[in-house]
Amino acid sequence: MQDASPAPVQVHGPPTTFLRKHVFSLDHKVIGLQYFGLALAAVTLGMVLSWLMRIHLVWPNAAIPGLGLISKAGAPGGIITPEYYLSLLTMHGTLMVFFVLTNAPFAAFGNYFLPIQIGAEDMAFPRFNMMSFWTTFAAFVVLILAFFIPDGPPISGWTSYAPLSAVGSDAGPGLGWGQNLWAISIALFCAGSLLGALNFIATTLDLRAKGMTLMRMPICTWAWFITSCIALLAFAVLLPACLLLILDRTAGTSFFIPSGLVISDRLQPHAGGSPLLWQHLFWFFGHPEVYIAILPSMGIVSHVLMASMRKPLLSAKVIIYSMLSIGFLSWMVWGHHMFVSGMNPFSSLVFSFPTLTITIPATIMTLIWLGSLYGANIRMTSAALFALGFISMFVAGGVSGFFLAQPSIDIYLHATYFVVGHFHMVMGVASIFGVFAGTYFWFGKMTGRMMNETLGKVHFWVTFIGTYCIFMPFHYLGLVGNIRRYSTFVDDFMGPLMPLHKFITIAALITGAGQLVFLFNLFHSRFWGKPAPQNPWDGTSLEWSIPSPPPWNNFGDVRPVVYHDPYQYGVKGSKGDYVMQDSPEQVVGG
Amino acid sequence: MGKFFAVVLVIIAVASAYPIIAHKYVQPEDISTHGHAIDEQLSDTMAESGFAFLGAQFLLAFFIWKFTNRKDGTKVSHMPGGAKVMVVAAFILVGTEVLALGVFGQKAWASVYFTAPKPDDLQVQAQAGQFAFYFRYPGPDGKFGPLHPDKIDEGNSNFFGLDPANDVEARDDVVAAELAVPVNREVHLMMHAKDVGHSFYVRELRIQQDFVPGLDLSMHFTATKPGKYEILCTQLCGLGHYNMKAYLDVMTQEDFDKWMKEKISEQ
Amino acid sequence: MSSTTYTPVSLPAVKPARASVNTASRVAADGASRSGVWVAIFAITMSFMAFTSALFVREGTAVDWTHLTLPPILYVNTVVLLLGSLTLVMVSRVVNSRALLDSHEVKAVMGWLLATLALGVLFIVGQYIAWTQLAAQGLYLATNANSSFFYVFTGMHILHLLGGIAALVYLIGQLVGSHSTFRRASFQNTAIYWHFMGVLWLYLLFVLRTKL
Repeated sequence: MQDASPAPVQVHGPPTTFLRKHVFSLDHKVIGLQYFGLALAAVTLGMVLSWLMRIHLVWPNAAIPGLGLISKAGAPGGIITPEYYLSLLTMHGTLMVFFVLTNAPFAAFGNYFLPIQIGAEDMAFPRFNMMSFWTTFAAFVVLILAFFIPDGPPISGWTSYAPLSAVGSDAGPGLGWGQNLWAISIALFCAGSLLGALNFIATTLDLRAKGMTLMRMPICTWAWFITSCIALLAFAVLLPACLLLILDRTAGTSFFIPSGLVISDRLQPHAGGSPLLWQHLFWFFGHPEVYIAILPSMGIVSHVLMASMRKPLLSAKVIIYSMLSIGFLSWMVWGHHMFVSGMNPFSSLVFSFPTLTITIPATIMTLIWLGSLYGANIRMTSAALFALGFISMFVAGGVSGFFLAQPSIDIYLHATYFVVGHFHMVMGVASIFGVFAGTYFWFGKMTGRMMNETLGKVHFWVTFIGTYCIFMPFHYLGLVGNIRRYSTFVDDFMGPLMPLHKFITIAALITGAGQLVFLFNLFHSRFWGKPAPQNPWDGTSLEWSIPSPPPWNNFGDVRPVVYHDPYQYGVKGSKGDYVMQDSPEQVVGG
Repeated sequence: MGKFFAVVLVIIAVASAYPIIAHKYVQPEDISTHGHAIDEQLSDTMAESGFAFLGAQFLLAFFIWKFTNRKDGTKVSHMPGGAKVMVVAAFILVGTEVLALGVFGQKAWASVYFTAPKPDDLQVQAQAGQFAFYFRYPGPDGKFGPLHPDKIDEGNSNFFGLDPANDVEARDDVVAAELAVPVNREVHLMMHAKDVGHSFYVRELRIQQDFVPGLDLSMHFTATKPGKYEILCTQLCGLGHYNMKAYLDVMTQEDFDKWMKEKISEQ
Repeated sequence: MSSTTYTPVSLPAVKPARASVNTASRVAADGASRSGVWVAIFAITMSFMAFTSALFVREGTAVDWTHLTLPPILYVNTVVLLLGSLTLVMVSRVVNSRALLDSHEVKAVMGWLLATLALGVLFIVGQYIAWTQLAAQGLYLATNANSSFFYVFTGMHILHLLGGIAALVYLIGQLVGSHSTFRRASFQNTAIYWHFMGVLWLYLLFVLRTKL
């Protein structure tokens, strides 16, 4: 008796039941779409919250219809109380950073396209993959629950600083069960992300097709891979932090709470804890997290740009090495969120140097993108518009970071709208532009139907102009010292700034309305869009070598073999000015 | 579409830069001894950032204008110098900027944090609690009485939790709701948090520092111009955060002595 | 005609035939699961580094840092856990060099796996006893910073060890039944994880001993 010729092993078989096909799917493509759907729900809710916040800031006595029903205490008669404003702020940040910016560019598109782009049939661990989505989904449900409990969502911001977040309901509304739900939700999110990151890493290392060396992987694959390495280590730190926070809140420990605190006339029964410990743990995760948010979009934009401009980037290798150095440096800079936190001022100087240094790889990447446009032949599709818009936004957001990286300037700008402008530009706009670019680019592949290009262009213009109108003024407000996280502006100082605030609010509402064009386009195209060809953009990477949408095992019965890098644009290929990665034809010219 | 994009981009870039160039949004007047270095740092950074911002946006616009939807059959070409030029440019541009700003920025930071306090500085303690600031002066004996959190009684205006009955040094401590300081005299501000994290921010002083519960932090500053300036809480501390402020009242030494005399008699 | 039954090692489980994909994917899948274990170990290590740094920082700000005498049973538990690594080595000697196991070998492997399982459970019981011993001295989770870290460190370790125990149970389940198979890669991954749990425990014990 012998080992018979080993039965060919699939990672999993084709789905047969409804549940396996659409709910508890093991297929990375379905899971990717599930993450996309979750991110879509989160971004819609997060955007609505931002509208409520902006409306309240300029029309504090506006009664929002229906809001009083959701929260009698938070918005009696629909008028937002100061504490409810902070709840909205907390949930907005939490939803956007975690459930949108980690889910959409990374978990959604990465799950869908990483296995395909490396020529694999699925992720290495499909069961873990399914678990990671449903854990993330559970985290979302737990978080949303906070809206519906009597005391409401927490008011401590997405950063949830201790002791405010640790001592419980004495410190304010929403800090009882609201904060508990937040901490549990984020802990669950960490677990889901860790499982996901594990999958990405193992898959990239081990399931590449023949000929797919690491340097032949598309730039977006590299971006997902680097992001997953960062995510693995970052979420591995946030999870312990959340656990210690939960213990302080529920078990009477004092990791973050010192002695002698008198809150609501009650002396708190804790001793010896360190509020700065929370900040260190949180930001050690939190800074890499923002690179988790931007790197995939950088990868997607690079990928879309090449297909759109019909030439390779000046050097994909340099882009990849830059992303690697950003990933590496991202671990050394967390203290720049804590320059005036009370930590040793010498540490502040130490942190500012790697922070300033990160500008170098970011600048290299920007110059490479710009320089690559020279001599290009840009096909101005919706995806291309967003990819090019990304470059503009990344520059706009990046330069404000330059100010904040210097501790002496941060003394003045910390906690002002300047900071809010900075991170919204890079995360809320640039990163999202990467997601939009990816959506317009890959929608046809994922669903078998193309998105409407005219609507896409309308969406782009409203969003591009709109987001500049919203977030550029934030920097001006910051320069004059407009403080952030204030639910109302009560000083005379603020009077002259109200017209600018009104302008921002109106821009936000118009831009928000513009997103309805995108939502409509998504849903309409899903059912009635033009049928998608296999390779609508004349792309070179492996996703364009399979049908739209791909079969359950991506490549059918064939194992792809790769002969080239994915940058063969502007060359004489048999199909046109490009050669696909899996095409054995020799490259002529270019 | 390419030409339209380029035009819109240029308009947006110029529109964004205009308020800065026209100095429409500037920080309020600096009334501190160390603020000048910070302001200089800020305007140097603004100049360099502005150059980078406008340069990049204009270049992007120019390339989009020139290289979109070109004649069919146009062959794509590459930028002379390729990636190497970009890498070198990035290192030189950014490297020098970074080094310059980083190194010179140290001075501004050091003037705030690494200079020793003057021997005749005015000692004041600030307490931040949900949602007000209170300030304590040591009184004629020059000593602060110890704090007893369990003795805090806001109803009876014992904001700090002093125990004058048992602590001799606490008997003459002066507690006020505003921070009165004499002009041109260094103030040593000791910072105590009563409940959660807060922060002390005076725009005109170019000062911002968090109050950390459990940590004895302090900072020093010298105000150079009399007047009333807002002290704002800039660390999210609860529902009243937006309303948590006090006033820095910078007075002549004469007026300050008068103020102090009044306060002492009130205690 | 031999009546010996053979248990194939490293064959996939017997399931209905599917569309053909070449065997490269099995090897690749095994490679991926090996990477997966190491990646998981990396992440878990990072978590415990976070806990460790929390300990160092917390000690720095503590007003209430005392000394916690470790219950001696911890050292016994350590030996128990490390013995579990030895029993797994005994399994690997049988399994690593063969493609098929005869019934004696299956019994041996099963025995060593069960022994490892028992040692793991014994370790957890021993840790629980340590907890009760501390509680008897009035040292609970929230009593002081030292006790908090003791419970957190040991608790987190147990939580992760349970993962290893679940893997062992799964392996043992693979051996049971007439169509039993035994994936060598699954075993080796479980063993790597188990050894890591031992190394991690040694590190934690060192930290607890020197810092608490």
